[in-house]
Amino acid sequence: MTTPPVLDDEAPQQQAIYEEEQAGGAAVWVLRIVSALVVPVVIIGVFFAFDFLKNEDTNKVIQVLVALVVGIVGVWALYWGMDNLTNLLPTRAAASVRPFVYAGPAVVLLAFYLVYPAINTTILSFQNARSTAWVGFDNYVDIFTQSQYLIGIRNSLVWVLVVPFAAVAIGLAFATLADKLGRRTENITKSLIFLPMAISFVGASVVFTFIYAFRPEGFGDQIGLLNGIWTAFGASPVNWLQQQPWNNLFLMVILVWLQTGFSMVILSSAIKSVDESLLEAARIDGASEWQAFWRVTFPVISSTVVVVWTTVLITTWKVFDIVWVMTGGRDGTQVVAQQMVQEFFTNFNAGIGASLAVLLFIAVVPILIININRFRAQEAMR
Amino acid sequence: MTTTTETPTTTAPPPVKVRGVSRGPVYLGVGIIAVLWTIPSLGLLINSFREPSDIRSSGWWTVFGSLFDTTAWTLDNYARVLDEGFGNAFANTLAVSIPAVVIPITIAAFAAYAFAWMQFPGRNLLFVTIVGLMVVPLQMALIPILRIYTDFNVTGTFPAVWLAHAGFGMPLAVYLLRNYMGSLPGSLIESAKIDGADHFLIFTRLIVPLSVPVLASFAIFQFLWVWNDYLVALVFLGIEPSQRVLTVELADLAGRGEGALNLLPAAAFVTMVLPLVVFFALQRFFVRGLTAGSVKG
Repeated sequence: MTTPPVLDDEAPQQQAIYEEEQAGGAAVWVLRIVSALVVPVVIIGVFFAFDFLKNEDTNKVIQVLVALVVGIVGVWALYWGMDNLTNLLPTRAAASVRPFVYAGPAVVLLAFYLVYPAINTTILSFQNARSTAWVGFDNYVDIFTQSQYLIGIRNSLVWVLVVPFAAVAIGLAFATLADKLGRRTENITKSLIFLPMAISFVGASVVFTFIYAFRPEGFGDQIGLLNGIWTAFGASPVNWLQQQPWNNLFLMVILVWLQTGFSMVILSSAIKSVDESLLEAARIDGASEWQAFWRVTFPVISSTVVVVWTTVLITTWKVFDIVWVMTGGRDGTQVVAQQMVQEFFTNFNAGIGASLAVLLFIAVVPILIININRFRAQEAMR
Repeated sequence: MTTTTETPTTTAPPPVKVRGVSRGPVYLGVGIIAVLWTIPSLGLLINSFREPSDIRSSGWWTVFGSLFDTTAWTLDNYARVLDEGFGNAFANTLAVSIPAVVIPITIAAFAAYAFAWMQFPGRNLLFVTIVGLMVVPLQMALIPILRIYTDFNVTGTFPAVWLAHAGFGMPLAVYLLRNYMGSLPGSLIESAKIDGADHFLIFTRLIVPLSVPVLASFAIFQFLWVWNDYLVALVFLGIEPSQRVLTVELADLAGRGEGALNLLPAAAFVTMVLPLVVFFALQRFFVRGLTAGSVKG
C-alpha cells in the first residue's frame, strides 16, 4: 500500500529520537502481525472462555474483581511478557517488531469493534431483512421513498440545523457575558450551565418529562411546568409532545440543554485566550463592546467555534435516546438514529437497519475528512 | 455592590463599568440563562422529595407556598426506587463501568506511546484512520457485533459490554494520549535512552507518570460516557431485569407512564448522583480532556 505523500511528513520532534535500524522481509511481517494479535486474543479469550464470568449467578463483585485483575495486572503482564519475548530477537528484528507489540493490540481492537463491523454493516445494507438474500439497492430505495423514513431524514436534518446553532449561540453568549463578571460569580454560574453534561440522555428526558407533562382539562392540576405557566394565562392545557411539527422542537430543547455546557466551556477558554491588549486598543479607537466582540474576539475564536459546532453536530446527528424515551418516534418525531435501532431491534429488519446506519455514516464523512485535514495541519505546525 | 469579586488584574473603574460594559445587562443575561438551565433539574430534585400523591396531583412549583410544611417532604420515593430494581441496577452499572474504563487505558497508553515515539511502517496512515474512526457512528457497529456475540453465546454478559466499550472508546483514548505524550519534551526521552533505558522502561517509568493528567481526563470521560450510555447496554446487555443498568431501568420506568410518575424523579436522581459527584470533584481534568479534543462515536 502506498501512503499519500502528506502522511510522510514526520513531526519534527519524532525524527531524532530512537531511530533504530529496522529489518524488513516476510518473516518480520509475520512476527509483527502475530505480536499485534497476542494481547487482544488473550484478553478476549480469557473473558469469553470462563463460564463463571458469563454466569448470571456469579457474584458481580467477583466478576468485577476478575475483570480488574485481568484488565490491569494481566494486561500489563502481557505487554511486559511480549516486550521480553521481543528482546530475544536479533536487535534489528526486535526494533522492527516492538512497535507492533505496543500499537498492535489497540489497532486489532479497533479493527474488530469498528472497522470490520462498518464493512459488514455496509454489506448487510444490500441484503434483505434476515440477511439471507441480496436485494441490491432496495433498502436504500425504501428509505428514500417511504414517508416514514423521509420524515425521519427531514427531522434529523432539522435537528442538526437547530441544535448546534442554539447550543453554540447560547454557549457563546453566556461565555462572553460571564467573562465580564468576577471570577467567583463566573465559575458558579458556569457550573450551573455545565451541570447537565454529567446527566445521561435518558436522565435528561425524565427531567423534561416534568416540563412537558400534560393533563387534559378537568383531570386535575397541571404537573408540567410549561402547562402550568400556559394555563396560568388562562389558556387550555396543551399536549406538547403531540403538537406536530412543534414537538420536534420541544425534543431538541432537551439536547440544547445538555450540549450548551460543552460549547460554553470550550468557547470560554478560547475567549480567555484572546489578547486583552487587542481589545483595549479597539476600545480606545472607539469600538463598542458589540463591535469589539465581532471584529476582534470572534475572528480569533472562529476556528474553535467551528470545532464546537461540528462536535455538537455529530452528537446531534446520532441522537437516539431522547426520541426513544420521550416519544418512541411517534407523532412525527422519528429521527434516523432512532429508526435504525427500531428497525433492527423491534422490527428485526437488518437490511433497513443497516442501510440507515450507512446513511448515518455517509453523512459524517465530510466532517471526518475535515477532522483529518485539521489534524494534519496541526501536525505540520508542531 | 463591591468589586471584591473582581480578579486583581482587572483595572476597570468600579462599580458601574466592567471592562467597558455596564453591569446591569451582563447580570441580566447571565442570570436569565443560568436560571433557565437550572429550573429543569431543580424541579426534578424538589419533586423527588414530595409525597407520591403530591407529585401526581400538583406541580413542583406549588411547594414554594408551603416550604416549611415538613409533612409534605419524604424520602420514601428513594427507598422505594432502590428497592424496586434501582439498587440492583446501580450495582450492575458499577460492574459495567469500572472495567470498561480500566481495560482500554493500558491498551491505549501503549499504542499512544508507539504512535508518538516509535517509527514503524504505516504509522501515520494508521493514526489518521484512528482520527477518522472517532466520528464513525456507533450504529454502524451494532448489528455485526451483536451477531458475533450471539454466535459465541456471550450476549448479555458483562465481558461483552466491557470489551465493546473498550473498542468504541479506543479511538478517542489513543488520540488524546498520543497527542499528550507526543508533546512531552523529546530531550527527556533522549537522555533516558542515553542512560541505557529501553522502550519498556521509558514508557513505564517516564511517560506513564508524566501522563497522569491526560490518563485522568480520559478515565473521567470514559466513565461518564459508559455510566450514561443507554444504547450499548440496551443492545449487548439487554433488558432482563437482573441485568439492567441504570439507564435501561430508568427508560423502562419512564415507559410505564402515569403509573410510575411518582417514582421517576427519585429514580432519575439515583442514576445521576455518581456522575455528578465525579464530575464536580474532577471537573478540572474533564475540562482539559474536552478542550484537547473531540467526540467519539
